[in-house]
Amino acid sequence: MRTFSAEKLESLISSMTLPVYAPVEEGNTVIYAPYEAGKKLRLDKVGTDKTPKEVLFPQWETLMHFRMEGKTIELTEEERAKEDYVLFGVRACDMQAIRVLDKVFLSDPVDTYYAARREHGIIVGLACDQPGKNCFCKNFDIDPAQPDTDLVLWPAGDTYYCEAYTDKGRALMDGWDTEEADENAVAEIKENIAKKYDALPFAHLNLTGFDGEHLMEKFESPQWKKLSMACLGCGTCTFSCPTCQCYDIRDYDTGHGIQRYRCWDSCMYSDFTLMAHGTNRPTQLEKYRQRFMHKLVYFPSRNEGMYSCVGCGRCIEKCPMNLNIVKVIKALGEGEKE
Amino acid sequence: MMKKIKARALSLLSDGTVKRVLGWETGETAWDWSPALFETEKEMDSFVYGVYAGANLSKYCLKMGKMDGKTLVILKPCDTLSFRQLLHEHRLERDAFYIIGAGCTGMQDENSLLMKCAACKSKNFAVYDEIIDTEEAKQPTGTKNRMEDVEKLEQMTAEERFAFWQGELSRCIRCNACRNVCPACSCIKCVFDNPSSGVQSKAPVTDFEENMFHIIRAYHVAGRCTDCGECSRVCPQHIPLHLLNRKFIKDMNELYGEYQAGRSDDERTPLTSYTMEDAEPGIVHERGRG
Repeated sequence: MRTFSAEKLESLISSMTLPVYAPVEEGNTVIYAPYEAGKKLRLDKVGTDKTPKEVLFPQWETLMHFRMEGKTIELTEEERAKEDYVLFGVRACDMQAIRVLDKVFLSDPVDTYYAARREHGIIVGLACDQPGKNCFCKNFDIDPAQPDTDLVLWPAGDTYYCEAYTDKGRALMDGWDTEEADENAVAEIKENIAKKYDALPFAHLNLTGFDGEHLMEKFESPQWKKLSMACLGCGTCTFSCPTCQCYDIRDYDTGHGIQRYRCWDSCMYSDFTLMAHGTNRPTQLEKYRQRFMHKLVYFPSRNEGMYSCVGCGRCIEKCPMNLNIVKVIKALGEGEKE
Repeated sequence: MMKKIKARALSLLSDGTVKRVLGWETGETAWDWSPALFETEKEMDSFVYGVYAGANLSKYCLKMGKMDGKTLVILKPCDTLSFRQLLHEHRLERDAFYIIGAGCTGMQDENSLLMKCAACKSKNFAVYDEIIDTEEAKQPTGTKNRMEDVEKLEQMTAEERFAFWQGELSRCIRCNACRNVCPACSCIKCVFDNPSSGVQSKAPVTDFEENMFHIIRAYHVAGRCTDCGECSRVCPQHIPLHLLNRKFIKDMNELYGEYQAGRSDDERTPLTSYTMEDAEPGIVHERGRG
């Protein structure tokens, strides 16, 4: 366990020779972006407007170019990431979300664009000493005091404590100007965090029955009609979600070739998984159901019970019509109304 | 007021005048109410009306209008402008709805008065079957000059204004919440949802395209936008989209005379009617140089 003064935080970040992505202010939002002089660091913000997912899996990226000359087509793949970087200030929920993304992108066939960014990233976690009012990570066995990252920071008033857990993390921390600290220095901090999170309004949801065994029962629930009625079909929940990973691949005609790119897709959109026969999810009810069934039933049934909701609370904060996954869990869970 | 509205809705539902009620229901906290459709008296247990009923229900009426039987809809004064505008555009049938005009004391989110209410346009109902109101709700809410922020933008140089909008619009994530909530954006199929259109919305080719999406959308709703403010309320990236609409409203008012979309069926709409006194395009061009 090491420690350093909170005053030194910004100079510590600036001292790192690697590029650093950190939560910074952009207009009146907080996003993970390259930290540079003049940017306002916002480590206090729980539930940033955009998630660290974007650093590993950007909203849009070019995959390859096709260039046509006469009858030949020249194909150039976009280069994969090859330089190390630091992803700084990642909360426990957002790190768990990265584990969810790993399941998708690092399983065979491996997504090499994602894999390269993942491999070159050194992730510095940040313990949540002040929960957001919408946090409910506890339900998914996530410990907000102990992000599962290469290195963890614990804020404690005017000091920070830090500990490295991987070789990457240790190598990074070796370059920091820190002092030796008592191994048990953060025990009390962790205890306080646990108490605070335990007292949150959505800390104890009942997830019984959200599994493959009850798939059809959940799928056919009459509750979906009422739950989805007010859904606008916008992509707010999917784009602000740290685990939503669906994407679309499209071609842009450059005039003398094709730029093939991928961009986030949303199961809320009318052309999501659109096929020649039309769509298999004709109304918002089916689209809405898909999103929550995926997070709470399909994903855990295929991934040893791992939910693809991490309780970050962003969809609660951001849905224009106040619909969210907590309402779905309550309506479909044990003690289902009617 | 809520008790009166609920009692009236229940009575219209039970006597068969209406088949369903479009209103708001309670949530998990004191403020997270959602629009909801109630079809039975029992469902009405969670019906609620008050300061957290900020969402404009007019656009949902497009869906309800296709259902059998009448729908009772609760509309606040500014929501009635959107509804009447949709009537005017023949998107809704008046007979398919029973409208309770509900008095409004200003709507809030968890923290504060909504932007749209801070510069309240009017407490008049543009369309209704009956009004349930209180003296308090008739009093003006929010006294901010609606065009104050637009005037600030007008005073900037063209470069400053460009930088302002680039900064704001660059945060857009193309979630389309602004479009989907907008009662004036009532196309059955949006061009940006059409995979064959070549301008599908999922990824912008350049930042410029990103900016254009919002500016073009504002042009498309100009003259029909009632300034309900829902676009800015729903934006997850906190982009002040309403300022684009208000700028157009301000310009139309100055060039063609004061106009409020949705207020009345008799008024000539500024962009679809021609008079000899209309501003010449050159005037508009000169103004744009600022």
